Amino acid sequence: MNQYRDRRYVFAAAIILVGLLFMIRLFHIQVMDNSYEQYALSNAQSVRTIYPARGLIYDRTGKIMVYNKAAYDIMVIPRQLETFDTTELCAILKITRESARERLSSAKSYSYRVPSVFMKQVSYENAALLQEKMFQFPGLYVQTRTLREYTSPIASHALGYVGEVDQDHLDKDPYYQMGDYIGVSGVEKAYEEYLRGQKGKDIFLKDVHNQAIESYEEGKLDVSVEVGKNLTTTLDMELQAYGEELMSHYVGSVVALEPKSGEVLALVSAPSYSPDLLVGRSLGVEFGKLATDTLNPLFNRALMAQYPPGSTFKTIMGLIGLQEKVITKKTEHHCYYGFYVGNIHTACHLHETPLNLIEAIQNSCNTYFINVLKSILQDVKFASAAEAYDNWRQHLLSMGFAQSLGIELTNELNGNIPTSDYFNRIYGENHWNYLTIRSLAIGQGELLATPLQMANMAATIANRGYYITPHLISEIEGEESIDEAYAKKHYTSIDTSCYGPIVDGMDLVINGGAGSTARNAKIEGITVCGKTGTAENPHGNDHSIFIAFAPKINPKIAIAVYVENQGFGTTYAAPIASLMIEKYLTGEVKRTWYENWVKQLIQPVAPARKKDSIVNDTLQNN
Amino acid sequence: MVQRNRIVANLDWVTILLWLLMISFGWMNIYSANIMEAHGGIFDFSQRFGKQLIWIGASLLLAMLMLVLDAKFYIYFSYLLYIVLLGVLLGVLVFGKEINGARSWFIIGGFQLQPSEFAKPITALALANLLTSHNYNIRRFWHLIKAFAIIAAPPMLILLQPDLGSVLVYSAFLLVLFREGFSSNIMMMLAALGLLFFTTLLLEKALLLLILFSITLILSMIIARSFKKGAVNAAIVAALFGILFGVNYLLQTEFSLFVLGLAALTPVAVIITINGFRLREYVQMKILAGLLISILFIISVDFAMNNVLKPHQQHRIYVTLGIEDDPQGVGYNVNQSKIAIGSGGFSGKGYLNGTQTKLHFVPEQSTDFIFCTVGEEWGFLGTSFVILLYVGFLLRIIVLAERQRSSFSRIFGYGFISIILIHFIVNVGMTIGLLPVIGIPLPFFSYGGSSLWTFTMFLFIFLRLDASRLELLR
Ligand SMILES: [Zn+2]
Repeated sequence: MNQYRDRRYVFAAAIILVGLLFMIRLFHIQVMDNSYEQYALSNAQSVRTIYPARGLIYDRTGKIMVYNKAAYDIMVIPRQLETFDTTELCAILKITRESARERLSSAKSYSYRVPSVFMKQVSYENAALLQEKMFQFPGLYVQTRTLREYTSPIASHALGYVGEVDQDHLDKDPYYQMGDYIGVSGVEKAYEEYLRGQKGKDIFLKDVHNQAIESYEEGKLDVSVEVGKNLTTTLDMELQAYGEELMSHYVGSVVALEPKSGEVLALVSAPSYSPDLLVGRSLGVEFGKLATDTLNPLFNRALMAQYPPGSTFKTIMGLIGLQEKVITKKTEHHCYYGFYVGNIHTACHLHETPLNLIEAIQNSCNTYFINVLKSILQDVKFASAAEAYDNWRQHLLSMGFAQSLGIELTNELNGNIPTSDYFNRIYGENHWNYLTIRSLAIGQGELLATPLQMANMAATIANRGYYITPHLISEIEGEESIDEAYAKKHYTSIDTSCYGPIVDGMDLVINGGAGSTARNAKIEGITVCGKTGTAENPHGNDHSIFIAFAPKINPKIAIAVYVENQGFGTTYAAPIASLMIEKYLTGEVKRTWYENWVKQLIQPVAPARKKDSIVNDTLQNN
Repeated sequence: MVQRNRIVANLDWVTILLWLLMISFGWMNIYSANIMEAHGGIFDFSQRFGKQLIWIGASLLLAMLMLVLDAKFYIYFSYLLYIVLLGVLLGVLVFGKEINGARSWFIIGGFQLQPSEFAKPITALALANLLTSHNYNIRRFWHLIKAFAIIAAPPMLILLQPDLGSVLVYSAFLLVLFREGFSSNIMMMLAALGLLFFTTLLLEKALLLLILFSITLILSMIIARSFKKGAVNAAIVAALFGILFGVNYLLQTEFSLFVLGLAALTPVAVIITINGFRLREYVQMKILAGLLISILFIISVDFAMNNVLKPHQQHRIYVTLGIEDDPQGVGYNVNQSKIAIGSGGFSGKGYLNGTQTKLHFVPEQSTDFIFCTVGEEWGFLGTSFVILLYVGFLLRIIVLAERQRSSFSRIFGYGFISIILIHFIVNVGMTIGLLPVIGIPLPFFSYGGSSLWTFTMFLFIFLRLDASRLELLR
């Protein structure tokens, strides 16, 4: 057989070749390719997440508004699943086998290795029962989380809600993992980073059955859990609740500020909804219901509804006139049922004539303020009406109009003050004058402001010339102070001295006896200063407006009230503002009959109706 | 005593040293793969490393026993042992205990024994006996069939149990036949069929047909030294295929491209056959026959894959070939194994410091996947060491086998080499993701008494024969 001796070399060559081949392959996976080390690490590491309790939210008086309750999620890690008795699992969780199968397959499609939620928020009893039998269900575990709970069903627009993190945030912020909760709107969103705290991480070495074997690197890389920071809001729970109660029959908004600090005392948007609805498992369904409601309760009118300021704007016209020295508080104008130039006509109502500035505010005379606009735009300091107009607009910008003020909530809208370019485009350059845009003088036309901007305007007048950006949070636990932006005084371009006559006029609006347009807002013992208004509404009945602050000296509250489709400001807006002020300043409301009337327990004397208008102007601005 | 001393003197101590290195390094890794802080010392016999110590101790005794027996004993009793073996294999089918779905175990006094392991050296003995029997000629058909029968009988019995690995292992005995003069053409043909087997699984059948047809065409052109005939045949086939494809499309029948291709080939094949007989162009006919055999093979492999193999077996083969991806299922083992080895880096995580193997991410980490522990804890240095150890060991055995005066000893030696080689290739290839996951142990390394004893007996029978290498035994 030795004729085949040489075949031993084939064997030797084959053996050497195999050895070489293996060594090349091993060199590749062991030395060249480093990815396996990463895989190995993620294989053996088990990160146990500990969810912190979310920060609590207190009102300005220290009463708790928002707290937490425990919730139990059943989590699944598909890779660790072994066959188990689905029947028992389904029986404990009260779900069908199909449902269980669907849940598993959706978890698998997300990831085999990363835990995903198998079932959200099971009851404490079920979670406890399941926890006991957990050894029977490898791959499943109970994760404790917290859900929001509210002491009172109020302030949903300001507080916002907490929901499951969306893909967008998952992509942007590595802090979040599928199924985590995040502030979706309101304060919950704005202060998410404080409220959420810091998830804790215990890193274990685990075996293939996910049994923790030992702490990884002796716990050096663990992250200890940090409870969320508590917040104190500027809201007054009682005032907020009272405002929501008063507005419960209306559509509209109430914003109350503390003038000297810019703190929001109440932020009402009606209709509202209970914040309880948007918690946990019910969120999806309830959100759908709210979103399809024709009155749009999810819409935060306080920040997002843009209305014309109506006659309340006359206070601003007076301020700018005084500042530009085109009028004094003594300047008088005649008015006989309105303003007439040629065939141009803007109606006014019956009042004494002539009126000076203070009386014109008291009586809300349209003619007077069209004349103020005339004086402003025909000011010889400026080369053209457009130039004078832009100067006028600058003053408004300094008061916070036509811009978002910068409250913490992100959905605030800008409102609108048209630029001179806008009119140049419509009428042609030098082809417009005070007559063309006279409706601006009485707060109509293209002017738009949000209730928050209107309340800010009231606060600015109350402060006689400055405002502090309205804000909802006054204290963050563990932080020395809140954002500096919420402490800075924004001085308007109007001198403090100009505010006196306007404040006097606003005093007379309520406390001036005959000729006052809002005598019904009077509160015994408190000098309330205010101004009524009516916002033209092309879609239906006009909106009732009232701005006010009180007391006259050292004001404690500034307020703006919009009541949609309720006509004159006097009818509902003024009483609501008055009641709010009373409530805030005295702690109780003595005028219960008045309260009842606002709440429509008593039929209103004069039901609101749409007034006929002449040449598109208001017939009457009270 | 004189004879005993001669045996000791004639023993190949290099091989014994390599063997000791392998079993001790193997045991170290088994210890590492199973060590948990809670356990007692190395003599904790409730643990695998403790049990393995017993197996090692017993295998030392077995080794001595093998050396004490007379060399002639192995020759005289080889057939008898073989027949007893077949009986035992039958017995295990009937009385054996089922473990992991395979009825291939005997339980004796709390220890599990797998008789199919012991079949390997006994088959090698019987084969050596046959090949050295008087007047035996491997080039004779019936003689060759006898050899095949001896090789095939144990795995046939084992095949009745679902143990694919053993079947694969026995095919390694063909290498012994090769050394003893088995036609290298047939060896190559078998290799070609093996290649065709994998390409059938990997490629579309129609594409494979196209490739085979092209090869046939080119071969026939080269042999006929004429381009014209081949081109005409190709054109006819292409035209027919085009027509058939069009008809299939128009009638919306659902014949596969493979079937259409076969149909297009048939007339040309018939013409060549007729011409072949007429013009006596036998070479062309041989080439054509090769093509036909290949096609038949493809069809039968395809049929076997889809109708004979169980779904999980199909799946396992597909995953191994990279056709299907399944990191959680069948692919999980390979994936985890690669991760463990790959994470070892150049010099490893240090002895007893592996995480993947110790935390049980690697399945069977002390039996079939023991190589992972080496890779993870000792790194590339460790794995290279093991591979070089095997290469050195096998080359040493070749040297020993070739120095025998007796053909019997040489053939038995090559039987040992072939079996160790196939285990080495399949086991290491499996752990580093080059070959399918077929559960066979790494000789001398893997945990388990049956395999350790088998390979030890195998080795020491050969060393006993080698000690008598100067005698003409047969
Ligand atoms: Zn008037």
